Amino acid sequence: MTINPDAKMDESQNGTEIYSTDPLVVKSTYSIDYIHSYAQDSEFFRALGKKKLMGSRCKKCHYGFATPRSHCMMCGAETEWVELPTKGKIHSYTTCYFGSEVFLPQTPFNLVLVEFDGFDSLFMARLIGAEQDDMYVGMPIVAKFKRLQSFSPTDVYFVPAKGSEKRSPASPKKKK
Amino acid sequence: MKHKGRKVYMVSGGVTKFAKSTPEMDFRLRVKKAFDYALNDVGMTLNDIDGSVASYFSDHFQRQLMSGIMVQDYLGLTPKPSKRVEGGGATGGLSFQTGYEEIASGRMDTCAVYGFESMSHVNTWKGNEFIALASDTNFDYPVGGFYTGYYAMMAVRHMHEFGTTVEQLAKVSIKNHENALNNPYAQSPMKLTVEDVRNSPMVSYPLTRLDVCAMSDGAAVAILASEEKAFEITKHPIEITGIGTGTDTMRLADRPFGKVPLLPNEKPSDYRDLKYPGIHSFRAGRSAAKEAYEAAGITDPLRELDAVELHDAYTSSEIQTYEDLGLCKYGEGGQFIEEGKSKLNGKVPVNFSGGLLACGHPVGATGIMQGVFMFWQLQKTIKKHFKSDKLQLNNPKRGLIHSHAGTGTYVTVSIMEVPK
Repeated sequence: MTINPDAKMDESQNGTEIYSTDPLVVKSTYSIDYIHSYAQDSEFFRALGKKKLMGSRCKKCHYGFATPRSHCMMCGAETEWVELPTKGKIHSYTTCYFGSEVFLPQTPFNLVLVEFDGFDSLFMARLIGAEQDDMYVGMPIVAKFKRLQSFSPTDVYFVPAKGSEKRSPASPKKKK
Repeated sequence: MKHKGRKVYMVSGGVTKFAKSTPEMDFRLRVKKAFDYALNDVGMTLNDIDGSVASYFSDHFQRQLMSGIMVQDYLGLTPKPSKRVEGGGATGGLSFQTGYEEIASGRMDTCAVYGFESMSHVNTWKGNEFIALASDTNFDYPVGGFYTGYYAMMAVRHMHEFGTTVEQLAKVSIKNHENALNNPYAQSPMKLTVEDVRNSPMVSYPLTRLDVCAMSDGAAVAILASEEKAFEITKHPIEITGIGTGTDTMRLADRPFGKVPLLPNEKPSDYRDLKYPGIHSFRAGRSAAKEAYEAAGITDPLRELDAVELHDAYTSSEIQTYEDLGLCKYGEGGQFIEEGKSKLNGKVPVNFSGGLLACGHPVGATGIMQGVFMFWQLQKTIKKHFKSDKLQLNNPKRGLIHSHAGTGTYVTVSIMEVPK
């Protein structure tokens, strides 16, 4: 016998959080774990664990990408992995005092776009060891790598190079 | 690129008042209000609409997929043809142009382009997270995850390259918030000083809270038509005489350092040493302008445009966009605002409505809102719709609307004109 006129739906004891009754506004939650593949970018993330910053270079037109991509945006040909220098310069910078919800606890933080000798495009990273007023376009900076990898692009970050102070950019000669 | 289609006109428009949060209405009802306003303004009925384009950016804000069809359904437009168009911040501009294409191709004689966004369902910082997901999630989102941060780096580089100042940025904020004092649809009209802008909380250096647009709930509708239909519907349709769309790399870091694509009023010697676009300029904005100007036959934009509504999500991007549109040369954007050339009484009023900075930015609605405000401006019906003629320009004949996504990844430019 499958017909049951007395059937009752199970009820939840959880209740619902309500922000307002008119209009009726309730809390609705959504969270999800993604199975995110770095796919053709994987080598970049693996290399960070070996303290290597990888870019790519076009096999055909030799355009150098400081943020790697497996095919060239200039000519469409395949690129190959190449190691970037660990020293670069600030192309531009900012200090974020607010941010997306996940990053709010990290504020304020510095963002920089880094330029490298011999490469045509830039790389975005965090910079520590300097405050907003310390940074300037052209500031020499150095890549550092986290010891414990989280397989995020923040496994690499930058710090100011020695002697890169704004007011007295001491030349290496004077230092000696 | 040659545009060979039929002539396209805008015949009516409607906008809801943009607001931080309007929980008493959902997106369907908001669009319905703007849609009915547009229909009633010219005495059209549902039967007069051949099809539609749905414009909204993010499914995350509402956690509702296929919101477009829900609007189509609520408006009573089923089973007519419709599609959703999405391209970040430029969603509205792209949708407006898709509506243009529906008419130009001869597929439809009338097309309703409706846009909306309901950003109040999450808090501001979660909203920023959703927007930041429109940056490369391998390389950019985990590092910065904040659009104001990306724009701040572009602003810093613009300042470095051309000597643009934070006071010049502030003047854009002052102008746009002040224009909005006479726009009843605007979210945050204000009278401001340079000090007010600079002393408001720093969001991401050099951009303060008043250099950045707000999140909003809102909707906007533009009704487009073929030439024959347009003049049946209204005595004063506005012709869309050219559209242009440009694109650029998703990652700011990938922007090349090449040569400026020149407009007719520029010469190679203007930019001998400029590496372009780098991160100081929007190549997509320039490409979009170039295509639209060619279609509309514009060779000297500053002289030939009477009004511009552009995508000022940030004060810095308004200055960058003056240059992309060729209202001044690259590098002269700061001076352009400084000299008051973009003010209501200036050479070419820019964002007479208050722009995104003061009107708000319910993403999918924004680019369509610009179209509606420009339509009313060119029709000279500002008084009727704004209940004040303070923002009505004297005798505007030709206007430009500009919609912009990402860090300048999709940019649209459309030219609107009073028919000759």
